[in-house]
Amino acid sequence: MKRGLALYAVAAYAFLHVPLLVLAVFSFNSSRFTVWEGWSLEWYRAALHDGQLGEAAWNSILIAVASTLVSTIVGTLCAYGLWKRDSKWLSGSLYLSLVTPEIVMGISLLVFFQWMFRFLHVQLGMHTVILAHVAFSLSYVVIVVMARLRTFDASLEEAAMDLGATEWQAFRRVTLPVLAPGIAAAALLAFTTSFDDYVITSLVAGVDSETLPMVVYAMARRGANPVLNSISTLIVAALGALILFSERLRES
Amino acid sequence: MNRLRLLFLTPAGIVLGALFLAPLAIMLAYSFLTRGAYGGVTADFSFENYQRVLDPLYAVILLRTFVMAATATLGCLVLGFPLALFISQSGARKNLYLQLVILPFWTSFLVRTYAWMFLLRDTGLVNSALLAAGLIHAPLPLLYNDGAVFLGLVYGYLPFVVLPLYATLERLDKSLLEAAADLGARPWITTTRIVLPLCAPGFRAGALLVFIPCLGAYLTPDLLGGSKTVLVGNVIQNQFTTARDWPFGSAVSLLLMAIVMVLLMLLIRRGGEKLI
Repeated sequence: MKRGLALYAVAAYAFLHVPLLVLAVFSFNSSRFTVWEGWSLEWYRAALHDGQLGEAAWNSILIAVASTLVSTIVGTLCAYGLWKRDSKWLSGSLYLSLVTPEIVMGISLLVFFQWMFRFLHVQLGMHTVILAHVAFSLSYVVIVVMARLRTFDASLEEAAMDLGATEWQAFRRVTLPVLAPGIAAAALLAFTTSFDDYVITSLVAGVDSETLPMVVYAMARRGANPVLNSISTLIVAALGALILFSERLRES
Repeated sequence: MNRLRLLFLTPAGIVLGALFLAPLAIMLAYSFLTRGAYGGVTADFSFENYQRVLDPLYAVILLRTFVMAATATLGCLVLGFPLALFISQSGARKNLYLQLVILPFWTSFLVRTYAWMFLLRDTGLVNSALLAAGLIHAPLPLLYNDGAVFLGLVYGYLPFVVLPLYATLERLDKSLLEAAADLGARPWITTTRIVLPLCAPGFRAGALLVFIPCLGAYLTPDLLGGSKTVLVGNVIQNQFTTARDWPFGSAVSLLLMAIVMVLLMLLIRRGGEKLI
């Protein structure tokens, strides 16, 4: 039975990893068709020299940095406040936002922004994408920081306050430093989810805010294109590295 | 304390209120209005949009979505349990094996979906290889059908069942297994008669964790499904783009939200670990 289970595990891990591995290998294929002809960096060169791609990647990074910054700060404060005492309303909303289908969240934000624009004369663009990303990444941040807080010994804070620290000082000088790795892990997670999002982004993006996933989606739709294999491999490698780093931080 | 706590919770309250609850509230209001001539809404109150959801045309799509989500969930449970069992019996390598399940999940859902297009389309790797080997003479229609969507969903959400099942297996009272072995039960019997029933909470949590996102799946059916594999998510998107019927799209969205909320409550009550 043990052997059978191990054999099954090999197949299961192949199912999980082979599709991306094959994609990565073929991103180095010199042929533009899915027949192996030899190694080449041609599609990476094409990807790096594509101006539209570069601009989209830059937009994605800007959006991810801005939304991560906001959601990490707001989410950390929220996790700490909820850890002190639960608020049914707030934790309920966070749970709900976590399971809300992306398409529903994206559409509702689109409807909301359109409705707002009747009163404020602004348009869809980078700012609406950033706001949308803050909305969906907040719950991730709270969950990761909360997991860290659960392992934190509350008596440390009490000790600090017994020794004369104010509540704010106890938070700032005792709790926050202990939470730091968890907060960093949460930020990396928020960054990757923002960088990768297509569904919500495409709905609330304006003409000037095309992101990398939007370009990837459009290329995937158009048909076979070897450049897409190289971009995909770059995205997976970059996000994979960030996630590994985030996991390390969470365990530390 | 209370003032400081309020200060800490206020920013999150504003973000959730303005960017999550308010948009849903506007959709709720729209769902009772009537579609305007050029795609907007007019302020005529009606329940018509909710009645239309029960129209056979849309009821079929709703049913199909349920069936697809249920089959994908079943697929994940069947494939996930042995994997969780394997990880829980791997001693020092547990963490590594667990990471290998989680890692692909976080690295770009979009790219992972595209990878299946790369494998399955007419000019994709599988067809190219089969053609080159002379096994087939024309490409097999592997992409753009229900099977491809099922595959994409199982591939995408498998980690969601492996994690809770693994957590339940880890908490299992090992002395029960030893007792079974002492009484002469073979590993297979111990697994099916003792481990499997005791994993019920993990199965429940895992099933809900997969079923919920599958119900609202949009990207997977959009990219891997054909024109016949329309799920609720695609209907919603279509109402706001091509069909331009915002009130009806809002009604479908809220119906989906109501179902998701019920499932979420089930998840919080029975099984799921406390996250927030």
